[in-house]
Amino acid sequence: MAETTQTYEPGTHPDLPPPLATTGALGWIKKNLFGSPSSIALTVISVYLLYLILPNALNWALFDAVFNAGSRAECRELGSGACWGLANVRFSQFIYGFYPEHLRWRVNLTAVLFFLAILPILWDRTPYRQQWFIYSALFPIIGYFLLVGGLGLEPVETTKIGGFTLNVVIGVTGIVASLPLGILLALGRRSQMPIVRTLCVMFIEFIRGVPLITLLFVASTMLNYFLPPGTTFDLILRVLIMVTIFSAAYIAEVVRGGLQAIPKGQYEAADAMGLRYWQSMRLIVLPQALKISIPGIVNTFVGLFKDTTLVVIIGLVDVLGVGRAALSDAKWQGLAWEVYVFIAILFFICCFSMARYSLYLENKLHTGHKR
Amino acid sequence: MSDAAAAQLSISDEVAIQIIGMHKWYGEFHVLKDINLTVNRGERIVICGPSGSGKSTMIRCINRLEEHQKGKIVVDEIELTNDLKNIAEIRREVGMVFQHFNLFPHLTVLENCTLAPIWVRKMPKAEAEEIGMQYLEKVKIPEQAGKYPGQLSGGQQQRVAIARSLCMNPRIMLFDEPTSALDPEMISEVLDVMVSLAESGMTMLCVTHEMGFARKVANRVIFMDGGEIIEENEPEEFFNNPQSARTQLFLSQILHH
Repeated sequence: MAETTQTYEPGTHPDLPPPLATTGALGWIKKNLFGSPSSIALTVISVYLLYLILPNALNWALFDAVFNAGSRAECRELGSGACWGLANVRFSQFIYGFYPEHLRWRVNLTAVLFFLAILPILWDRTPYRQQWFIYSALFPIIGYFLLVGGLGLEPVETTKIGGFTLNVVIGVTGIVASLPLGILLALGRRSQMPIVRTLCVMFIEFIRGVPLITLLFVASTMLNYFLPPGTTFDLILRVLIMVTIFSAAYIAEVVRGGLQAIPKGQYEAADAMGLRYWQSMRLIVLPQALKISIPGIVNTFVGLFKDTTLVVIIGLVDVLGVGRAALSDAKWQGLAWEVYVFIAILFFICCFSMARYSLYLENKLHTGHKR
Repeated sequence: MSDAAAAQLSISDEVAIQIIGMHKWYGEFHVLKDINLTVNRGERIVICGPSGSGKSTMIRCINRLEEHQKGKIVVDEIELTNDLKNIAEIRREVGMVFQHFNLFPHLTVLENCTLAPIWVRKMPKAEAEEIGMQYLEKVKIPEQAGKYPGQLSGGQQQRVAIARSLCMNPRIMLFDEPTSALDPEMISEVLDVMVSLAESGMTMLCVTHEMGFARKVANRVIFMDGGEIIEENEPEEFFNNPQSARTQLFLSQILHH
């Protein structure tokens, strides 16, 4: 009571703590869960739904699940939940496909080197970033020889690359190659030169207008008719090219949206200063356009990464292919749930990471010019 | 008057810009008709006229933000043609300030100033930053160097835009309605900078409706309407004794409201 009646001389009012239950955990709960009648109703309904779903889901996935078993029959004796024994036994196949067992360290090493290569690109406070970029630029060559062999390393047929490794190889290559290609296509589509513009429009509209599956079929079968007889052109390489151009067409349209959002005055200011076309694109226009396009670009990349599972249709054994093979094994028949949930988790981890990174990037690039 | 007298002295006989019989069309629309204008080095010219009269278009032709279809424009003894090398050379020597500032929002104030010196003049970064700070001091906002344009007021942004142009050490400055997008209390801080720039002897072409500025700084005022130069005179004569009826009407509209 004394607190509310207390008065102060003008200019001497101290900072008082806020009233109870407006800040901290209690304040958050009050504001977000019980803020209004409809909010209370939603909270109650949500809690009820969680009560219905969560116990069964957790029992199936964890508490009644069997983690070590040699077959489905053994699983059923040990518990009534999920049979993760399958994922356990076949784990290395899910990850590496049919990559020779004694060489799988090379896949692991490539993965480690890959993370080191993208570190300076993703994180701008990497020490010695400039020098590190040189390594990042060299990584594709290093990665290629590590995975495929050559230069004294035992060669591995590319068809042996499989499992989740294959998805990651196709996904990462597609992402890295399609971004610059997509940017060039977007710039080309806005070019003043009619021939460049027409070519870019035709390319984008054609590639975007056909399903990826048909492009993959073209890659796996028809390309042999077009190429001179006797040329060997690696199947995975063909798939990589198709996935890249497919994704580039989408990126081009996303980036074009970003380019169109840049006010004309920015181009004019750059021109008036005497910057050349490529300078003004690189220094002024693209940094702003790409920033606006981040959600769309990442959206395309997430889609591309998941679409890598389509290669199973042209006979490559990616993680989905391994899953199907596992399901046709007499010992494990009927475990579709476990297989697909496991594959879903693998993809979710990767795609969710991309989404979070894009949010981080958007926040970092926010320079206070939005009002 | 002493201002004007001092200014008279600094105008040289050397020609900075010469426009001869220039025409421009937007598609079918004839937007500039037979423009003839000679600007000597050190002149400060104010261009006024109703909206749509072609005044912005005319000064934008001088650095090739707009292309003219007929006639001849010579800037610093270089003729503007489709030759990209000429255009680049002219743009290096001609600074421009826009109505909407057009600062680069993703760069800091100082980076806005150093960008062109570094990439166009190939100046070392440290030197460009030193010059950038000098000009930011000149427009009286050195303390904002590390901020982004979005964090500044309109008047501050326009002063940064002026400093950014000056960093290229241009021989000619074009102003395209530099105060039209500003709140009234910010106009004078920008005009002050422009006045001190005029006093330093810069060749200036300003599209503006600030008649006080025209009286104080300009040595010539040009009135345009319908894509033509209607009248051209010294400021005192222009304001006190306008010749054409169209000019009289325009002046009565902007001066008595």
